[in-house]
Amino acid sequence: MSGFPTLLYKEVLRFWKVSFQTVAAPVLTTVLYLLVFSHALSGHVQAFPGVSYVQFLVPGLAMMAMLQNAFANSSSSIIQSKVTGNIVFILLPPLAAGEIFAAYLLASMVRGLVVGMGVFAATLWLVPMPMKHPLWVIAFSIAGCGMLGTMGIIAGMWSDKFDQLAAFQNFVVMPLTFLAGAFYSMHSLPPFWQALSRLNPFFYAVDGFRYGFFGQSDVAPAASLAIASAAFAALSWITLLLLRRGYKLRH
Amino acid sequence: MALAVEVRGVEKRFGSVRALAGVSLEVARGEFFALLGPNGAGKTTLISALGGLAIPDAGSLAVMGHDVARDFRAARRAVGIVPQEIVFDPFFSVRETLRIQSGYFGLRDNDRWIDELLDRLGLASKADANMRSLSGGMKRRVMVAQALVHRPPVIVLDEPTAGVDVELRQTLWSFVRGLNEAGHTIVLTTHYLEEAQQLCSRTAMMKEGRIVALDSTANLLATFSERVVRVKLGAGHLPAGLLERASPEAGGWWRIPVADLAHVEDVLARLRSAGADVASLEVGEPELEEVFVKIMRQAALP
Repeated sequence: MSGFPTLLYKEVLRFWKVSFQTVAAPVLTTVLYLLVFSHALSGHVQAFPGVSYVQFLVPGLAMMAMLQNAFANSSSSIIQSKVTGNIVFILLPPLAAGEIFAAYLLASMVRGLVVGMGVFAATLWLVPMPMKHPLWVIAFSIAGCGMLGTMGIIAGMWSDKFDQLAAFQNFVVMPLTFLAGAFYSMHSLPPFWQALSRLNPFFYAVDGFRYGFFGQSDVAPAASLAIASAAFAALSWITLLLLRRGYKLRH
Repeated sequence: MALAVEVRGVEKRFGSVRALAGVSLEVARGEFFALLGPNGAGKTTLISALGGLAIPDAGSLAVMGHDVARDFRAARRAVGIVPQEIVFDPFFSVRETLRIQSGYFGLRDNDRWIDELLDRLGLASKADANMRSLSGGMKRRVMVAQALVHRPPVIVLDEPTAGVDVELRQTLWSFVRGLNEAGHTIVLTTHYLEEAQQLCSRTAMMKEGRIVALDSTANLLATFSERVVRVKLGAGHLPAGLLERASPEAGGWWRIPVADLAHVEDVLARLRSAGADVASLEVGEPELEEVFVKIMRQAALP
């Protein structure tokens, strides 16, 4: 039998055992963002007709939290195992690159989805939310968490120290997720920033995810899903290649 | 029948450091094999390559006939490696750690064997303790258990007794001896040469990424070490005939090599007839440590 189910179980258990930090904390942060921004900006911004700014914010903030936590899960697990040395217990068993990849990726997606659901559960009493197209919501959750879960594996493998991972998180993941349109509609931006936003694959995850709730978005959801899925596939391919080579894991 | 371990021309570089400079080695099934050498000789790199933790630049390795690269699943099922550094996952208890490790090898319901391992390694009372709360020696025991969850035919212990107390050493060695008697092949690295001498039937010595000696432990001892008589004289002097063979040691001791135990009698008779008074006497058996020192010195010559 394959070792994959156990590695997946271990990776889920790992964050679940510290869920205060890995789930409750990001949910709280997101709710705080929601309260503060909706209070400060509700009078000034109307992104979609018929959608209040608070409502508009919820899916964007939820997706931002999902993306960041999917990334945090695989990347911090791998860097911790590397720094403490217990990565050998995963490298010595007969686990193939694909099995390691799938386990870390799925655990990251589970963390992202749990955080996302936590955000909705916590905001339900604040903001009534429509959900016009649940299938799009699910599809973009998977594509978004998938992209970031894979990026987390790459970042975890690449980093030798916590410091390097923090740099990756603060200088790549944080700006790309923050500027993915969680707080505004892309059409409210000047042309230059609009064009730049279109290069950010996370933007499509946020925008398409929002479409699932309101049936309105900046970009057609099928196009967004195609782009997000393509980014996910490309990142997966790179990650598998690196894992197969044992990049910075097997010396 | 395939060899337990087969290493063919393995080379490995880390930057400008040549960790392995063409190592070839065979370990037969059922052997208790010592891999000795100073720090930095390449022992751990060789073991890493055997477990797939390091990828060699050239050469090949196989465990129980399974190539570690091409047939990695079978090779990794066949070997249990206890790493040198104490490492653990702080998120889990001892039993969780061992269940998870079993799962990585595709083994569900491995609790009977896990219980036996816990019991035989003196860990039963710690089964539900978190890994963080264990002492270094206890963590080491868990690492041994982790390497054995899948009952590998080949067991590799990389300095398992470094910094470990006497009790654990004894538990560990009686346990490992039992495994060897049950047919497991054991490969051991250690800096405690008396352990290797007692346990291992064959010995390889490495230096600077090469094997510099490889023979049965008995042959190495016979070739490079000698039996000695050490005497400390209360009065009188070493007579001529002994003086040429003897070498002085600290504390007024003389070290006199003898071919076998019968010659001890001869040394004493000569001392008596020369009127020398023996205050203290020791007979030293051949020691692997001496073999090691000699071979390392020889290997230093070009």
